[in-house]
Amino acid sequence: MAQLEEVKIDLYKHLVSERALNGETMLLNMGPQHPSTHGVLRLLLELDGEMIINAVPDIGYLHTGIEKNMEAKTYLKAEVMTDRLDYMNTVGNNLAYCMAVEKLVDLDVPERAQAIRVILTELQRIASHLVWIGTFGLDLAAMSMFLYAFREREIILDILELCSGQRMMTTFIRPGGLWRDVPVEFETAVRDFIKMFNKRIDEYEALLTKNPLFLDRLLGIGKLDAATALQHGVTGPMLRASGVSWDLRKARPYMGYEQYDFNVPVATEGDTYARYVVRVQEFRESLKIVEQALNKLPMGPVRSDNRKFVPPPRSEIGVSMEALIHHFKLWTEGFPAPKASVYSAVESPRGELGVYLEGDGGPKPHRVHWRTPSFDNLSVLPKIVKGHLVADLVAILASTDIVLGDIDR
Amino acid sequence: MDNKLEKIVQVMQEQFGSTLEEFRGEVHVFVKPEQIVEALTLLRDKYEFELLSAMTASDYWPQASPRFHVVYQLSSLAKNITLQLRVPVNGDQPRVPTATRVYEVANWRERELLDMFGIEFEGHPDPRRILMPEGTEGHPLRKDFPLGYEEPQFTFNFEEIDLRKPYAKE
Repeated sequence: MAQLEEVKIDLYKHLVSERALNGETMLLNMGPQHPSTHGVLRLLLELDGEMIINAVPDIGYLHTGIEKNMEAKTYLKAEVMTDRLDYMNTVGNNLAYCMAVEKLVDLDVPERAQAIRVILTELQRIASHLVWIGTFGLDLAAMSMFLYAFREREIILDILELCSGQRMMTTFIRPGGLWRDVPVEFETAVRDFIKMFNKRIDEYEALLTKNPLFLDRLLGIGKLDAATALQHGVTGPMLRASGVSWDLRKARPYMGYEQYDFNVPVATEGDTYARYVVRVQEFRESLKIVEQALNKLPMGPVRSDNRKFVPPPRSEIGVSMEALIHHFKLWTEGFPAPKASVYSAVESPRGELGVYLEGDGGPKPHRVHWRTPSFDNLSVLPKIVKGHLVADLVAILASTDIVLGDIDR
Repeated sequence: MDNKLEKIVQVMQEQFGSTLEEFRGEVHVFVKPEQIVEALTLLRDKYEFELLSAMTASDYWPQASPRFHVVYQLSSLAKNITLQLRVPVNGDQPRVPTATRVYEVANWRERELLDMFGIEFEGHPDPRRILMPEGTEGHPLRKDFPLGYEEPQFTFNFEEIDLRKPYAKE
């Protein structure tokens, strides 16, 4: 570690107003160990009484160098790191990465694998929104909401465990398909969840949607208009709450999303309450997609039979010499990818999750860049909190639904 | 190539003398560093590329000129098309004009590139590191920045790994 230079005031002076420099306003640190910053985010606040004049987010506390680390691993081995980025959307990260690899080496995915990918990512979206609604309630002093949301999320994690053996870091989706087929109990487990969860959304809405305390805290707070949102690269539910109907599942369908009938919830107000409304409606839409995908789940293989990129099934290794060679080559040297770059994006619970993947002709990526939605969604925060009270900052921050693992990578 | 995109690319070629690269249906247009602000403004105002989806860079060390490519991934919501601009930058004192005045999202993205690659953006309103702590030496995502452990050398990649080892060469 290099010696820390003396802090140069000139480097930071422009971040706050003149009044802070002569002590008229107060500078206050919020975080990085503050319970409502949802992780390790530090906010430098300039306050006039209780009113926020400036907010300067300071990120990087959770930086793990995943992009650099992935350059040193083969395409198959680098995938385990993708779970650790946005730890609320692990299956979605796998999907984004695998789609980029599949695009780079031109690999097809069987239909059954596509449908299972859709079911799992939509369940994950529900789980992610459940964590959001729970912590959102918690930040606004609706403690019971947190307990209800985590009770339901547990069932989704159980379904993931049923498929992959892991509750969170599944790495279940692999380039060319899935790790293995889902077990027979999968269908009943998901159907039970759908039946149960439809009623639960009504219960959440009964608790929160028309709650006068809730409305008082949210209506008209943290307004974000569509033009500012686009300028700051805001995507996902935050953009849709500002009146722009933009969802990659509809706009550029992948994994067969075009065959499912679902709506893209949009609200026009752009305030904290609109963001709540959009996400609650997304619960219902995701559930609709899961049900449709489950109804027409096709039979067949769950991974591509292109042995140059996809490892053979375990059963073949004992009997086929070629399968053994492929298995050995894929897990030691890896497969080569062309010297070119691709950008592929999916709609994560937070917005556009893009992967820029560049190969160099060898078995390891030359460069992997994660375009993570939380990063850009947070960058707009200083604009929307100006002029609000500190207590409102907590509500606004919770409504942006950031995940620090996603921001810092 | 998409019809709507073909027209835009043609204009880019005429106006900026850009070269073109196509891979798996993606279009990459190469632009010189001094043209980038003009090109982004044109694409935003005239061709409705409202969103700068991603901004990143790639290091081609030990190649010195151009050593870096700065990548701008643009999306048009109205037309539902995407376009990638690539700006080759030389290795000694890499400098690109800032795009913050065209897309505000570039503010944090450019800070990230300054932090990770040491690419300077001229006229950036807030040129500080964003992820690494102040006072860090070096730029982690550069190819000559060691990862922190020794990579195993095989016959097929012996020289390639030897080249990026940090010890003094004879």
